[in-house]
Amino acid sequence: MTDIIKLTAAEIAAKIAAGELTAVEVTEAHLARIEAVDEKVHAFLHVDREGALAQARAVDAKRAAGEKLGPLAGVPLALKDIFTTEGIPTTVGSKILEGWIPPYDATLTKKLKAADVVILGKTNMDEFAMGSSTENSAYGPTGNPWDLTRIPGGSGGGSSAALASFQSPLAIGTDTGGSIRQPAAVTGTVGVKPTYGAVSRYGMVAFSSSLDQGGPCARTVLDAALLHEVIAGHDPLDSTSIDAPVPPVVEAARNGSVAGMRVGVVKQFRGEGYQAGVVQRFDEAVAVLKELGAEIVELDCPSFDLALSAYYLIAPSECSSNLARFDGLRYGLRVGDDGTHSAEEVTAHTREAGFGPEVKRRIMLGTYALSSGYYDAYYGSAQKVRTLITRDFEKSFEQVDVIVSPTTPTTAFPIGERADDPMAMYLADLCTIPTNLAGNSAMSLPCGLAPEDDLPVGLQIIAPAMKDDRLYKVGAAVEAAFVEKWGHPLLEEAPSL
Amino acid sequence: MTTTTDLVSYEDALASYDPVMGLEVHVELGTRTKMFCGCSTELGAEPNSQTCPTCLGMPGSLPVVNATGVESAIKIGLALHCEIAEWCRFARKNYFYPDMPKNFQTSQYDEPIAFNGYLDVQLEDGEVFRVEIERAHMEEDTGKSTHVGGATGRIHGALHSLLDYNRAGIPLIEIVTKPIEGAGERAPEVARAYVAELRELIKALGVSEARMEMGQMRCDVNLSLMPKGAEKFGTRSETKNVNSLRSVERAARFEIQRHAAVLSSGGTIIQETRHFHEDTGSTTSGRVKEEAEDYRYFPEPDLVPVAPSREWVEELRAGLPEQPLARRNRLREEWGVSAHDMQSILNAGAIDTIVATIEAGADAASARKWWMGELARSANESGKSLEDLSITPAQVARVTELVSSGDLNDKLARQVIEGVLAGEGTPDEVVEKRGLKVVSDEGALTAAVDEAIAGNPGVAEKIRGGKVAAAGALVGAVMKATRGQADAARVKELILEKLGVSEG
Amino acid sequence: MPGITREEVAHLARLARLELKGEELDHFAGQLDDIIGAVARVSEVADQDVPPTSHPLPLTNVMRADEVRPSLTPEQALSGAPAQEQQRFKVPQILGED
Ligand SMILES: [Mg+2]
Ligand SMILES: [Zn+2]
Repeated sequence: MTDIIKLTAAEIAAKIAAGELTAVEVTEAHLARIEAVDEKVHAFLHVDREGALAQARAVDAKRAAGEKLGPLAGVPLALKDIFTTEGIPTTVGSKILEGWIPPYDATLTKKLKAADVVILGKTNMDEFAMGSSTENSAYGPTGNPWDLTRIPGGSGGGSSAALASFQSPLAIGTDTGGSIRQPAAVTGTVGVKPTYGAVSRYGMVAFSSSLDQGGPCARTVLDAALLHEVIAGHDPLDSTSIDAPVPPVVEAARNGSVAGMRVGVVKQFRGEGYQAGVVQRFDEAVAVLKELGAEIVELDCPSFDLALSAYYLIAPSECSSNLARFDGLRYGLRVGDDGTHSAEEVTAHTREAGFGPEVKRRIMLGTYALSSGYYDAYYGSAQKVRTLITRDFEKSFEQVDVIVSPTTPTTAFPIGERADDPMAMYLADLCTIPTNLAGNSAMSLPCGLAPEDDLPVGLQIIAPAMKDDRLYKVGAAVEAAFVEKWGHPLLEEAPSL
Repeated sequence: MTTTTDLVSYEDALASYDPVMGLEVHVELGTRTKMFCGCSTELGAEPNSQTCPTCLGMPGSLPVVNATGVESAIKIGLALHCEIAEWCRFARKNYFYPDMPKNFQTSQYDEPIAFNGYLDVQLEDGEVFRVEIERAHMEEDTGKSTHVGGATGRIHGALHSLLDYNRAGIPLIEIVTKPIEGAGERAPEVARAYVAELRELIKALGVSEARMEMGQMRCDVNLSLMPKGAEKFGTRSETKNVNSLRSVERAARFEIQRHAAVLSSGGTIIQETRHFHEDTGSTTSGRVKEEAEDYRYFPEPDLVPVAPSREWVEELRAGLPEQPLARRNRLREEWGVSAHDMQSILNAGAIDTIVATIEAGADAASARKWWMGELARSANESGKSLEDLSITPAQVARVTELVSSGDLNDKLARQVIEGVLAGEGTPDEVVEKRGLKVVSDEGALTAAVDEAIAGNPGVAEKIRGGKVAAAGALVGAVMKATRGQADAARVKELILEKLGVSEG
Repeated sequence: MPGITREEVAHLARLARLELKGEELDHFAGQLDDIIGAVARVSEVADQDVPPTSHPLPLTNVMRADEVRPSLTPEQALSGAPAQEQQRFKVPQILGED
């Protein structure tokens, strides 16, 4: 059993295809692991035991019938509870959608099913993906498998914790300001935010439409690439979907190399607020890149200093509008319908009771930023900053092939530490946000443990839009170098639960 | 709701004030699917059977623009002599309302697809008035609510409401005029003529049937008064969703009188929405805006900009139909009718049916006579529009053909039409079933004429004496004897022949 | 930068249809003030002649043909409704207009 859950997705798929394992065996092993440890970790909001086993049996039947299996057929996956799943509850970590069973599948869900991926269940998250710690889930926090008293990152903390605790070899996240990369960084796993428009948003509950992007989470760069290839691609149901071939990410992941590449280091991604051990591990990663044959180029991106501010105007503005639909009239929670209140009052009571404090805070903030008299100064200016950030990236990518940075300024902080200090919480996304604003692609992968707390540090690799394959080429090379240096994958050092 | 409104007379109001109007018309497009999803727009479906995650505003759903919706918007813009945006975006108009599933309307804000145009409208006396167009933009309709428990099915007093979202997301084009100034006492007439002209234009473009009685075209009448000689507009009222041409005119007229009453007694007009009541011809106060509306418009991130290529725009321009006013002027010449008659035909919504009847073989005078007479009356009585009558232009043309061939006289033709309207079949079938052929058997007619002469010797004597006009009485007797199935002209000929007199 | 008042917070809450309780109004007034104070830096670029970015990718004219796609069944459409009647969503009395 232990062996199966330690396998990578690529290994599982190969063993199933070769008949060395059945999909049912693999699924049962993971369901057993969930049974054993998730009470402590709380990565899942819903485990779909029957659905997962049915899918696994279908894969085994296909193989028995001699049908060709896809590259991830029979591999288990933990799906962030932000994608709709027909017949399976979808809560987005919020009370306001408690008990909602969508009548339709997200495009991503459809693609996973079509690829014969086994969906184990839905993972915990900050309510409506708003947060960096998963503490904002209405269903309780998730623990970081490295130290259960610490946060697993957010908003996709359930997905990252499921990977790091070997409950699933694959997971799906969504990244609006860093919600895939920051959880990956603090749990020692791999997460990719593809280029905006690479993965369909149809059926992904919107937080901030112009920033949201779904992406793959895994324990290895190759696994992430295999999943990337399954979920990416044009979708006519999403008007912002890219109508072009998916970059050759799997090929890139199988041929990791940085020889001859120019790698940028941005001046603005260090300094105050960065933990010493994080900076140390980052510098070591840059040294590794150099050893592997990369040329390091120093970059100046002055507009990045305004990124966090722009983000905390744009994302709340869009969310204030996206979340208006939760009014207690058509689905989800309804509060106060006792025959004495009007529809208007019931809506206000429902929203008051159904949303948590962070969601309310952002709705209020966005309502303010869009309101007449403030629009130009706040929302309008933030959109200008967005242009400046895009220009800084464009200028940089004339000089370099990829940019690297720490993924997040600190390692995992203790649960509760920043809960009452929104501004401190927002700093977790300092290095990840510029990429969301510009729409290009980025990856986080492990680059060691910070000496002061023995907790994982993430290395962020940033590539231009539609050049997602570069992330995998560089990521695979760095990963190989580190695994060789450590003698094993970083997660082997995680405490057993 | 029951407050009575003091009015001043229309003449007195216009003596002291100049009205300024703004008209906002919403047109539901006749596309097969909704603006942002593939749900059908077919009328009459079961409640909530034409809905999907997108038009129900379900979590995770996304919009995709209907290309025909954009094309229709451009056509309307071009027909209104507007400029067409090279690049424009959709915007979200944020406000909560239960009939709007996302609690924002996907609309356009400061980047409408069409802007800066005009529409020439012709008034009753032939005068042409130019109405300037501010913009035409794309947006989506809301769902329909039914209010349960109230006495009249209205919101007021209802215990709860039921929502059907089949209409939610149907494409709308909102057309907004610039302030209409200088119309003076003719402002209400201009308002009506503008909406009528716009409706003709929309129908001619084939983008909507624009049936006001079905809510496919709805007009908001914004009106303010300024004292004669003043430069600055007064405060306006917004009378919402006026649903017929006549009501548009009445609403404007009523508001002129009401504003004048308020202003001349030293009061101030409050900016508010008002509702028009068909039964009384008056408006009542709707929602008073206690807090200024703040729709928090921002560019719709889920839809990418629309940038119609100039080639496409020119292609659409080249395919535009003749402007309705120009067409009416042409038809007026062809049909030989007065401007006033043409206006009546327009008001009756009869132009297209008359044209179709002529195309089906009728002569212009007959086509016009039937549609504006018998059929208009029938439509009026049954509260239907002409197109909704169960007779086609081709059938009307067939009736006129039977008349000109002498197989029917007018009286019989009326009965045939009555039969067709009653669902008895085609004109020929009705003629057959009801036995309505003109009596053309000369023997039978001659006998009837002889009988009439014999039965009215006094009248016959007068005719012999040269009083030809008296023949009418004998014709009447023959028609009665033949139950109307004789050709009256032939009867008269026979009578005069028998009595040895000739006409003129 | 004038601070955000309790009244302003109440106004925003009405626009956002949130029935905030008394202490929440005060709490949010303080927090929004802090956050706005911190992010107001973006207005440094307000005067710069830079076009705003609303969409991260330069796509235009993404449209679909006017072809009917299957809708949900009314049962599916209403499956999550807190209340329904006559195949319609049942909601408490609507104030607003009239
Ligand atoms: Mg409108
Ligand atoms: Zn729909």
